[in-house]
Amino acid sequence: MNLKPRVTAEQAAENLAEIEPKYTPQEAKVEADRCLYCFDAPCIMACPTGIDIPGFIKKIANHNLTGSARTILESNVLGASCARVCPTSVLCEGACVMLDRDKQPIKIGRLQRYAVDHVMDNDIQVLKPAAKKLGKKVALVGGGPASLGCAAELARLGYDATIYEKKPEAGGLNTYGIAYYKLTPEVSLKEVELVKSLGVEIKTGVEVGKDVTMEDLLASHDAVFLGIGLGHTYRLDVPGEDLPEVFEALEFIEEIHTKPLDQVAVGARVVVIGCGNTAIDAVTQAKRLGADDAKIVYRRGENDMPAYSYEYDIAKKDGCSFLFHALPVEILGQGHVTGIRLARTEPDGKGGVKVVAGSEFDLPCDMVIKALGQEKQVNLLNKLLPGLELDRSGKIVCDPATMQTNLPKVFTGGDAINGGREVVNAVADGKKAARGIHRALAGETVEGPVQATRLGAIGKPTGSGFDKPVRVPELEQAFFGA
Amino acid sequence: MADLSINLAGIKSPNPFWVASAPPANTAYQCHRAFEAGWGGVVWKTIGDPIVNVSSRYSSLDLFGQRMVGFNNIELISDRSIETNFREIKECKDRWPNHAVIASLMTDTRENWHDMMKRSLDSGADGVELNFGCPHGMCERGMGSAVGQNPDVIETIVGWVMEVAQIPVIVKLTPNITSVAHAARAAKRAGADAISLINTINSITQVDLDRMCPEPYVEGMSTHGGYCGPAVKPIALNMLHECAADPEVGLPISGIGGISNWKDAAEFIALGSTSVQVCTAIMHYGFRIVEDMIDGLNDFLDRKGMASVNDLRGLAVKSVNKWEVLNLNYKRIASIDYDKCIGCNLCFVACEDGAHQAIALTKPEDLKVGLGPGRLPGKPIPEIKEAECVGCNLCSIVCPVDQCITMVDVETDKPEMSWRDYQEKLSKGEMEPIPAHP
Repeated sequence: MNLKPRVTAEQAAENLAEIEPKYTPQEAKVEADRCLYCFDAPCIMACPTGIDIPGFIKKIANHNLTGSARTILESNVLGASCARVCPTSVLCEGACVMLDRDKQPIKIGRLQRYAVDHVMDNDIQVLKPAAKKLGKKVALVGGGPASLGCAAELARLGYDATIYEKKPEAGGLNTYGIAYYKLTPEVSLKEVELVKSLGVEIKTGVEVGKDVTMEDLLASHDAVFLGIGLGHTYRLDVPGEDLPEVFEALEFIEEIHTKPLDQVAVGARVVVIGCGNTAIDAVTQAKRLGADDAKIVYRRGENDMPAYSYEYDIAKKDGCSFLFHALPVEILGQGHVTGIRLARTEPDGKGGVKVVAGSEFDLPCDMVIKALGQEKQVNLLNKLLPGLELDRSGKIVCDPATMQTNLPKVFTGGDAINGGREVVNAVADGKKAARGIHRALAGETVEGPVQATRLGAIGKPTGSGFDKPVRVPELEQAFFGA
Repeated sequence: MADLSINLAGIKSPNPFWVASAPPANTAYQCHRAFEAGWGGVVWKTIGDPIVNVSSRYSSLDLFGQRMVGFNNIELISDRSIETNFREIKECKDRWPNHAVIASLMTDTRENWHDMMKRSLDSGADGVELNFGCPHGMCERGMGSAVGQNPDVIETIVGWVMEVAQIPVIVKLTPNITSVAHAARAAKRAGADAISLINTINSITQVDLDRMCPEPYVEGMSTHGGYCGPAVKPIALNMLHECAADPEVGLPISGIGGISNWKDAAEFIALGSTSVQVCTAIMHYGFRIVEDMIDGLNDFLDRKGMASVNDLRGLAVKSVNKWEVLNLNYKRIASIDYDKCIGCNLCFVACEDGAHQAIALTKPEDLKVGLGPGRLPGKPIPEIKEAECVGCNLCSIVCPVDQCITMVDVETDKPEMSWRDYQEKLSKGEMEPIPAHP
């Protein structure tokens, strides 16, 4: 057993400090003044929540920070965390027209953070609860970004929204599962407070299906929103997987978020399996918490990794190492992890990889972190809502316009329907579901930009916006043909 | 949420933001778009005998990577017929009864002024604005600034207008004049209800050095254009104050000149404007800019605890005074925050060559401020010579870092004494002359 805390509190605080600190007022002003204030701007189209980006930036330039934050939060109640964790280079900043002129997009994420921090740090209330209550109740299962986005919109429309969260705190992965140097739990919890301030009730420590039944929720509410996200990390199904030093990535990251940083145990030699963005979060934090060697093992090549390139850059800068074209066949150790047996892979010609016969080799290590993506919660859903329609991969099926499932009272959004995308997609889904619920219960349609065309700066599709453009079909047609 | 509604000499508007008489206020279509975006009023593009324009018409002063810091035009008044303009004004008023629609007028004879006033009344316009300001084209025909530059002519024409006026009359003044207050007083004497200022300033923005001809280029020639945009704001604020502080004027004022955002607007209102008019910023970004003007002004008034925009009006007027009453014994000096200094030494060279030689270059080790950004061993950094500093502000103005060089008040232990007091004391023999600066 070689896992132990390896840094002092001071070292941890320094190593895990924010990689992009808040702008000073002058930095913000200079950057805001660079924004051209485009009309019908592509950055808005690239934002799943449709924030009026040039509008909020113009307000920063004009010294109206409170108004700027209002513009952001009215479209995206989790604007503070999205400012920090959004893959802006493939969303808003990837669509910025300045890429075509100066090769440097406006730093939208950092400006957004500057504005939202102003109201959060100074306790300025910019969103107001609905003036009139509709007397209708909605239960939201799960307290992550999708539910928070949905509940905030519902509250602003006049609904009584109650979130049921099994963990001690709401916020979902924002609170428990994102690299500390990008987003601290404090910011996420402030956002939870913001949602509460709109009149949303949040019941934490309550697990639906155990502490309260789904039947009860359905019977006592006018609608139910499922924001349950995803489940455990996929298993490797190799010998040794149940040794005590084998962790799921999110389990490891949650520990960082719930313990004092100088009490988080890491190995001296850490191997992370997988190469998505969560794998990067795990390997960089293991390194920053004192691992001598933190290595990613990935069965495909450098160009195939699902992690964003800027995430890859962070890991390389941190001194993490990468072993491509290898997959684990056994985790070694008697009672404790002492190493991992890997095999070389090569393309199988069908888009996948196959093991190269006889290529096995051992790599000594004392901690293994699995970051293979999360399972759909098929069993849970079958138990909670036996009639709910799921697709073949286990994702919940819903009407993309209203987020309504095949069960008329049940709406959904977030990772549970998309298999795991960005926070901003979850918020956008939640907002859309709230409007879908409003249409179903009150017969009213709420207008507003909630979609993206996914048009990048040079007309190529980028980002992880919605699948279909709504706002500018002409543009989409121009770029993609009829 | 503060109350933004205003009443300028009887013209009511849901907020003080008006579209100025200019290309953005040319048609009913634009007027509808403006009101939909949130503007409180529109002063129609000046109506008169339809003119014929040239091509091209606009030119810009671009500075430091920003477009349209200053802007000029050689466009004339409306090129649409008088009938069309008034018909569209009526259409706008019918659709927007609670917004201000003001007819801007320019004509010549007494009869014609009477006729235009009658048509304005019939159109349902909330008021009229007499264009005595255009500094190009129309002035060559005895109108526009040709009128505004002669107080006697202003008085005569406003007098004609007031003979028949049944709706409020605003007189728009030209800045191309020695003292705008004289023009404003003439308008007042003739019975005008309000004034608006400033119109555009005579200008040539740039010369194309290959063609040896300025822009806007009209086949080998150009002409003087009317200058506007952010660069003219200081001139406008000064003229606004001249009128707002003049007891012989005493008229409500609609402020114009480089207003681009809520802060500019608040400054105009603090110096005495009731409404503010905007053109260049709309020509740059569209009517949508008014959203932040309303939002930002509201937020500002809330922060200041003002329930209405009317509480802000004129609050800064009294603070602007004659030089002779300023306190000669008030002293401030520059202070450098070395934690912020980046070592550019612009303050040193500005003071040394451009001002009062009150900044020294000193080694950081001698200043005991430690090393840091801009502070390398042996590389001198600026130090304020406090005894020499006259508190002129120049270093704090050239300093590129916010809050790095600030001006701090210094206790002088001397009683308040203005130039006027000083002269009085000298004449009474109560004090010796202050020695001349060496």
